[in-house]
Parts: sequence; structure tokens; C-alpha cells
Amino acid sequence: MLEEIFVVNRLVLFGITVAIAVIMLIAIRRAKKGKKYFIRRIAGLEAIDEAVGRATEMGRPVHFSPGIASLSEETAAQTLAGLAVLGYVARLTAKYDTDLIVTNRMAEVLPITEEVVRQSYLSEGKPENYNPDNIIFLSDEQFAYAAGCMGIMSREKVAANIMMGAFWAESLIFAEGGFVAGSIQVAGTANTHQLPFFLAACDYCLIGEELFAAGAYLSQDPMQVASIRVQDIGKVAAVLLIIVGTIASTCNWPVIIDFLAKFAS
Amino acid sequence: MRREVPIVVTFVSGILFLLDYFIKIPYVSENVVGQFLDWAIIVAAFALILGAANIFRIHIYKIVKGKKEWWNSLILLVAMLVMAVVPIIWTQQNAVYTFLFKNIFENLNGTMFALLAFYIASAAYRAFRVRTKEAAVLLVSAVVVMLGATPIGAKIWSGFPEYSGWLQTIFTTAGMRGIMIGASLGAIVTALRTIFGIDRSYFGGQ
Repeated sequence: MLEEIFVVNRLVLFGITVAIAVIMLIAIRRAKKGKKYFIRRIAGLEAIDEAVGRATEMGRPVHFSPGIASLSEETAAQTLAGLAVLGYVARLTAKYDTDLIVTNRMAEVLPITEEVVRQSYLSEGKPENYNPDNIIFLSDEQFAYAAGCMGIMSREKVAANIMMGAFWAESLIFAEGGFVAGSIQVAGTANTHQLPFFLAACDYCLIGEELFAAGAYLSQDPMQVASIRVQDIGKVAAVLLIIVGTIASTCNWPVIIDFLAKFAS
Repeated sequence: MRREVPIVVTFVSGILFLLDYFIKIPYVSENVVGQFLDWAIIVAAFALILGAANIFRIHIYKIVKGKKEWWNSLILLVAMLVMAVVPIIWTQQNAVYTFLFKNIFENLNGTMFALLAFYIASAAYRAFRVRTKEAAVLLVSAVVVMLGATPIGAKIWSGFPEYSGWLQTIFTTAGMRGIMIGASLGAIVTALRTIFGIDRSYFGGQ
């Protein structure tokens, strides 16, 4: 019966997704009624203001990359999180009359970055300062995009290099390119294999979940901040499951392993 | 309407794909979701035209206005046109295209990738400078892991490979898994926020 309706080996993930959705909606409802949720200080996001401020003082542009993932893969959430940060960066550059250069690798992300930046300039009351020529599609080839970014960072002498999204082997090329150009660098990704490079080469780095919290943190929208609450509850649940799993494995109790093998393989 | 329509499209397509991933819905899975995927491919193909138009607009402007290093823009446009037109007219098996691909494109790609080796060295130099206790721990761990992964390490001391493996399987794996759990939860929440229209940052201006 169960096999006829559900994809059985995804049942655990289905349960987790439904639970997260329900808890999120409850937290949002509470936020609407006035409950305030605490969100800890994230140094990497605080540094964005400093980075744009520095670029303004130096009269040099800010470079932003939303990563190299598309909007139709499992890494799409990282691109969306990057776009939320882009909106904030664009409002800051609009406010301070600083040039913002956005480079894109995925063609389908280009119209969205254009719209995000244009709307941000509009909301700051400076639509005339929006320069569509600064929203650039470079190439959908990974290393051609990396080469293009390095060239722009070097030629334009960007003072702030902000990279938020999904990155792969090009992450260190960007970070070193920005370092050579003398930029203050803020990066964020949930791709664990690239985090060491960003941590080593950038001034500030958002690690994993911090990238996904960025939109809520920067907007301070109570509904979005409330949704972050779910991540905390999820982490507590994960810790409890780890403890239970450790005890079950140590006691040679295969129930949990058998259950996961059937419903979460 | 400019905002409502995208929110409705995001909600309907998001819920549809989400349910299709978990639940077997006879007609919807085979026809509707497949149709949506085809549309996504078509939209992405049109977006590529937009991308090409963006490149042309920016670089033709640079050439016409004689901006600094405008000749680079000219080389880019010529290269782009040749690499696009040659396979369209004479297929990708054409000798000219194969020559350009193997002798220019692949080499340039390889060169960019190879730069990583030098960048790793310079980034590692900066990261390993012992300025704090954490940096000292990082340096010692990195030296053990590096020596453990090279034949010379085992020659110096037979314990290096063992401790290198211990550091990677215990500390690195535990840390990475912790980050992955947090990131996975974050990705699910971000996706749900977008589907339910709570996060509309992709519109900008908020």
C-alpha cells in the first residue's frame, strides 16, 4: 500500500520536509503576532557594510558573484541565498553611489540579477544610477567565467569582492584574484569542499547554514527571521538523532539502521 | 501583477516538483512535471540568447566608444562568433572546430585549472602564518596531513600516514558532517521560504 503511493526510500526526507514546513509556518504565525526571534551576530554579513564603505571611500567598484550554479539543481538554494545578499549589496551601493559589477556564469540567472539590482536602485530612489552594462554574463564555461572574473577584478581594481552562492574549483581563483586586486573579501558557500579555500583566502566567510540565513539576517523581516528558528530546532533534532544512533550502533541494535536503509536510502 | 504572477508560478511549480519527488501521482508525474521540465529547458535556452546579447551589447559598446583595451572586446567577439558559427554550419566534427577546440579552448581551460596549484600555495602561506593559537593548530595539522599523504612523510616517520588518516577521518569528517547537516536544513528552509512566497528577495528592492 505504502509503495503504491509514496517513493518509499524518500519517506524519511518527506517526513522531515513536512515537519520543517509545519514548524516554519507556526513560527511565522507567532512572529506575525509579535513574537521576536533572536538571530546571532554573523560577522561575515556585518562585514558587507564595511566592504562597501571601503569601496566608496576608495572610489573603486564592488564585485559580486552569485556563484556558478543554476536555478534547477540541488544547489539552487545557494544561488537564491546569494541573490538575497545581492539585493542588500545593491541597495548599499545605490545609497553610497558606488559602482557595482555583477558577473554571471548561468544565463538564466542573468535576468534575475539584473532585476534584483535594478529594483534595489529603484527602492533607494536612484534608478538613474543603475548601469545595466555592469551586470555581465561572462561565459557558461566554468574556467572561462573564472578568467573573466579575474580580468575584471584586476582591470577595475575592485575594492570589495563579495562571493555568495555555490562555488567549485574556481573559488580559490576568485579569492586569490580578489586578494591580488587588494579587495576586502567576503565569501559564503555551502559547498563543504570549497569552504577551506574561502576560509584561507578571504577576510570573512559564511559557512554553510549562515549563507541560507543571510537573507533573513540582512532584511530583518520578522517572518524570515522566524523561519530561521526551524534550522535551530532541526539541529537539536539532528544532535538527538546522532546520540540515539551512536547508542544503537554501540549496543549493536540494528532497528534504526534497518529503518533508514529502507526509508532513507 | 508583476509580483503576484511570479509568486503564483513559483508556488505551483515548487509544490508540484516537491510532491512529485516524494509521492507517485499517476497523471501528474508522467505528463505535467515532464512538461514543466521541458519548459524549463526552453526557458534556459532562451536565457542563453539573452546572455549572448548581453555580451554583444557590452563589448560592441566598448569597441564603438574606443574604451580602454577595446581590442580585447574585439578578440572576444570574433572568437565567440567563430566558435558558434563553425559548428552550426559544418557540425562539431568539423576539422576547423576540432582544431580550435583542442588547441585553443582545451589549453586555455587547462591553464586556468593549473593556476590553482600556485593559488593553493599562496593561500596556504597566508593561512598558515602562525599569528594565533588556531593558526598554529591549523599549521601543525596541515603539516601532518601533507606529510602523511606523501611517500617522504612515511620515510621520515612511519606514524605520519596513520595520524594523517586519524585527523581526516575523525576531525575533518565530524566537522564537515556538522556543516552539511546545518547547510541541508538551511537549503530546505530556503526552498520552502521561496515556494511559500515568504522570501521574495529574488525580486530585489526589499
